[in-house]
Amino acid sequence: MIDKIKTADEAVAVIQDGASIMVGGFMACGTPEILIDALVRKNVKNLTIICNDAGVPGRGVGKLLTNGQIKILIASHVGLNPEVAQRMNTDVEEDKLECILVPQGTLAERIRAGGTGLGGFLTPTGVGTIVAEGKQVLNVGGRDYLLELPLRADFAFIRGSVTDKFGNTTYNATTRNFNPMMAAAADHVIVGTCNIVETGEIDPNNVVTSGIYVDSIVGGEKQWQI
Amino acid sequence: MADIKEIIAKRVAKELKDGDVVNLGIGLPTMVANYLPEGVHIVLQSENGIMGMGPAAEPGKEDVDIINAGAQYVTINPGSMYFDSAVSFGIIRGGHVDATILGALEVDQMGNLANWIVPGKMVPGMGGAMDLVVGAKKVIIAMQHTQKGRHKILDTCTLPYTAIKVVDMIVTEMGVMEITPEGIMLTEINPEYTVEQVREATQCKLIISPGLKDMEF
Repeated sequence: MIDKIKTADEAVAVIQDGASIMVGGFMACGTPEILIDALVRKNVKNLTIICNDAGVPGRGVGKLLTNGQIKILIASHVGLNPEVAQRMNTDVEEDKLECILVPQGTLAERIRAGGTGLGGFLTPTGVGTIVAEGKQVLNVGGRDYLLELPLRADFAFIRGSVTDKFGNTTYNATTRNFNPMMAAAADHVIVGTCNIVETGEIDPNNVVTSGIYVDSIVGGEKQWQI
Repeated sequence: MADIKEIIAKRVAKELKDGDVVNLGIGLPTMVANYLPEGVHIVLQSENGIMGMGPAAEPGKEDVDIINAGAQYVTINPGSMYFDSAVSFGIIRGGHVDATILGALEVDQMGNLANWIVPGKMVPGMGGAMDLVVGAKKVIIAMQHTQKGRHKILDTCTLPYTAIKVVDMIVTEMGVMEITPEGIMLTEINPEYTVEQVREATQCKLIISPGLKDMEF
């Protein structure tokens, strides 16, 4: 069996400047901090980060923002990280952040479509708003829908609670959020997990993300300390 | 007069029926769960992945893996479930949420809602609001009637829309309003105010319900 277990630094070694990375988590709950920290050490720049939100300063993708590594952020909500507005409005060109806001349900479904072979989907969300600008509107059964396109990335950072050596992963409570869709929608998937167990130890009924999606497994992820 | 937010939250709570699936926005709407009438039990949906959310966690007893959509540590009730964000918004867009209660920057007489962006000033993002107001069966806006004297209930929203023609009801400290095909109708009034005062605080035409009642809270 392929040995997928790596250190965090080994796992992120494949990531180069300009890469696109999906990062699981909702306000950093369910974000693999161990992988974010390794990416900060590697200090690759001009990243496109796809994440529900911008985390908070010092936590989640907020660390990448503080370190000036993000060029484009695709998210649904950035209001709880004041650094986003500062970097969007800065006059320093290399620090400038482009922020693309996507309704949360549309973001989740675009990632799901990206990982499941769909060419897009029709959603009533955003009809008649600035979200609809530049998008095709289709009327089905008398109701208008926006055509939304799939979203994929070069890499995904997934945060597992328990992961076996094949990569099968479970997520505790609300850490699940965007992680399962992202695991299917990236070319190279790295799981930062709290517990690594032998293959077969997780009840197949409880596996949420199959190991077939997973390229690397990094142990040592910790629960957030309040 | 009692606290304005409390008046609004108490009145909104009376709109909810036993068994309703409800999504509460951040801030004032969260308070609604504290004032449910006797015998009314609702199922709270939190869009980050909970059906059956309970009250906020007590300090010192937080489980860091259980948060609500406002990133507060919460608890879950018996019979609850966790799910991913795609499932969560499938529930929301699929019409399985009976009511969503949220705040607004502006609402207009067509039932259009603006609550996510003030261009050039505040760009927090829409989060799940656009999906929620389009998908929920009933959209209740819980907000103060005016913002520092500035009108919030308008002929036409001036800020970018969150969604068009989605608002069913507005509850403020002055009264209860329903969006009708003819415009905004005042159905209940807080006895602390006169109809004329509510009219002055409302930019658009206000239809007065023939059955206008005192607001209960």
